[in-house]
Amino acid sequence: MTGATGPVSRRRLLTGGALTVGGVVAGAAATAGLSGDSSKAASAAPAMFGGNVVPFHGGHQAGIDTPAQAHGTFLAFDLAAGVDRAALGRMMRLLTDDAARLTQGRPALADTEPELAALPAHLTVTFGFGPGLFAAAGQEAMRPESVAPLPAFAIDRLQPRWTGGDLLIQICADDPMAVTHAQRMLVKDALAFAKPRWVQRGFRNSRGVQDDGVTQRNVMGQLDGTRNPALGTAAFDAAVWVDSGPSWLHGGSTLVVRRIRAEMETWDAVDTTGKEFSVGRRLASGAPLTGAREHDLPDYKATNALGLTVISDTSHIARAHVDGDRQRIFRRAYNYDEGPGPDGRSDSGLVFASYQRDVGAQFLPIQRKLAEADLLNDWTTPIGSAVFAIPPGCQPGGWIGETLLG
Amino acid sequence: MIVTTAVPGRRRRLLGLGSVMAAALLLGACGDDGEPAGAATPSASPTAVAQPLAVKDMWVKTAASGMTAAFGTLLNTGGADVTVVKATSTASPVMELHEVATVDGEMAMRPKEGGITIPAGGTHELKPGGDHLMMMDIKTPVTAGTEVTFTLTFADGKTMEFTAVGKDFAGGNESYQPGTHG
Repeated sequence: MTGATGPVSRRRLLTGGALTVGGVVAGAAATAGLSGDSSKAASAAPAMFGGNVVPFHGGHQAGIDTPAQAHGTFLAFDLAAGVDRAALGRMMRLLTDDAARLTQGRPALADTEPELAALPAHLTVTFGFGPGLFAAAGQEAMRPESVAPLPAFAIDRLQPRWTGGDLLIQICADDPMAVTHAQRMLVKDALAFAKPRWVQRGFRNSRGVQDDGVTQRNVMGQLDGTRNPALGTAAFDAAVWVDSGPSWLHGGSTLVVRRIRAEMETWDAVDTTGKEFSVGRRLASGAPLTGAREHDLPDYKATNALGLTVISDTSHIARAHVDGDRQRIFRRAYNYDEGPGPDGRSDSGLVFASYQRDVGAQFLPIQRKLAEADLLNDWTTPIGSAVFAIPPGCQPGGWIGETLLG
Repeated sequence: MIVTTAVPGRRRRLLGLGSVMAAALLLGACGDDGEPAGAATPSASPTAVAQPLAVKDMWVKTAASGMTAAFGTLLNTGGADVTVVKATSTASPVMELHEVATVDGEMAMRPKEGGITIPAGGTHELKPGGDHLMMMDIKTPVTAGTEVTFTLTFADGKTMEFTAVGKDFAGGNESYQPGTHG
C-alpha cells in the first residue's frame, strides 16, 4: 500500500493490515536467515493467513481494490440458449450466495466438500457481464457502448479459445485450494444457465514474498505496473469506478482481459540494453532510463550526446503514457505459465486484466498507441481478448447484477 | 443462512436468498462459522407470537419430475420439543418425512415413524444421506435458482411456511423403501 494517501476502505484495511504483519514477519525471517542465525530463522514462524477474509458486501465488488492475491482464475461462460432476464436473475442470486458464503470461509449451500471452505485465504469472487448477456437480458440499451469486442489491432493474433464470453467470474485467493473449491462450486451452479468458454489461470508472487504495494515482475523480468494508481487513492477511484452513463453500473467498473503471450525465445536473444531500450526502464530497478528509482517520473524530453531522446518515442512507457488520472487504467494482471511443449519452448505470458471506468475513454486510446508502435510488440503477442462490465457490489440481502437484472 | 420462524394464524413467507445474506453477515461478523443463530430474525412480524421452530439454509435438489427432496437445518428455539408430522410444497403437494437407514445391508430411505422431533433448544439437520423432506411427485419442475414454498405441520396442528431454493446436486440418490403405514 505504498503511496496510498486517500481514505482507506474497511475492506483494504482488513486485508492490508494482516498482510503487512505477514510481510514484517517474513522479512524478519529472511533477515535472520541471511545473517546466518539459523535458530532465529527457525523460531520466526510465518504468520498464518488461511482464515483471513475479504468482506464480500459493499458498494464495489471485492477483487478489484483488494491487494492482488497470489492466485487468480478467470472463467468466461457462454449463456445457454433461452436464458433470459429472469433466468439470469436466478443464476446471479445463486452465484452471489455461493460467493458471499465461500469468501467468508463458510461452505456454499449444498457444498459437497464443506471442509474445503474453511481456509479462504483472502478469497474474492468478482462477476462481470459480457456483451452477449445484455442481449440475452433484453437490456441492450443498458450496455455501455465500449463493453463490446475490442476493435481488431494489427498486432493481435487472437484465438477463439481465449476470446469473448457472456459472463466472467474472477476468482482470486492467496491459496490455490481456495480458488479451486470456489471454482468448483460456482461452475456447478452456473451450468444450468451457461457453459464454460475459457479458463485462464494465473499467478503472482506468493503471499509474504513481498509486501503489498511493491511492483511485481512479469515472466519477462520486468517490473510490471509501476504507474498503476495506488489502492485507496483518489487517482484509483477516478480511474476505476464508473460515475457516469447508465446508472445501474455506477460504483461498478469495466474489465478488459487480454491474454498476452511472451515470446520468450526471442526475448532471450536480446541483451539487457536492448530490453531496457524497448521498455524505457532499467530491468533491475524499474527506474526510467532518465531516473534512478522506480517511481521517478520519466523525462521524455531528455536527450543524449547524440541529441536523441534517452527514452525512445517508441518505447513501451512512452507509448503507454497518459497525462491525467482519469485517463489511467488499473492493471491487476496475473502471469501464466502452461509449461514448455515437447520442443521446450515457453508457453507463458500475462493474463492482462485492466480495470477502468470506460474502455473507450481509457483503455482504447492507450491500446491504439501501443498497437501502432511499441518496441515491446516484437516480444509480446495478444492471443486472447474479452471485455466485461463489472456490476457494482451489493449489500447483505442483495445480489450482484440486481441493478441491471432485478 | 435462511432463517425464519413459524407464525401461527398468519402465513408468512420471508425466505429466499435475501434473508440468506442478512443472516450470513450477522454470523460472519461475530466470527461464527455456521453455528445456527440462537434465535431467528424476529423483526419481520414483531407483533406475532413466535413459534419455536426456525429453518435455515433450506434447498431443494432440482428435478423436472418424479421424486426429489429438500434439505437444510431445523432449529428449535423454544423450551419444548417440537415434532414435524407432515410437509407439503407447491412443487410437490405429496410429501413424506424420510430417514435413511440400513435395510438388508444397504442404505435406503423410508418414512420416518412418528415424524421428525427437534429437541428443545436443539437443531436437526436435513441432509443427503440423512433425514430429509421427500417430495414424492414433482408437479412443477424445480429448476436451479427457483424458490419452492413448503408448509410444515406440527404435532399440535400448527403450521409454518418457508421457501427453499433449487440447487443442482448430484447426490441424495438412496433407493426408496416405501412405508407400510401409508
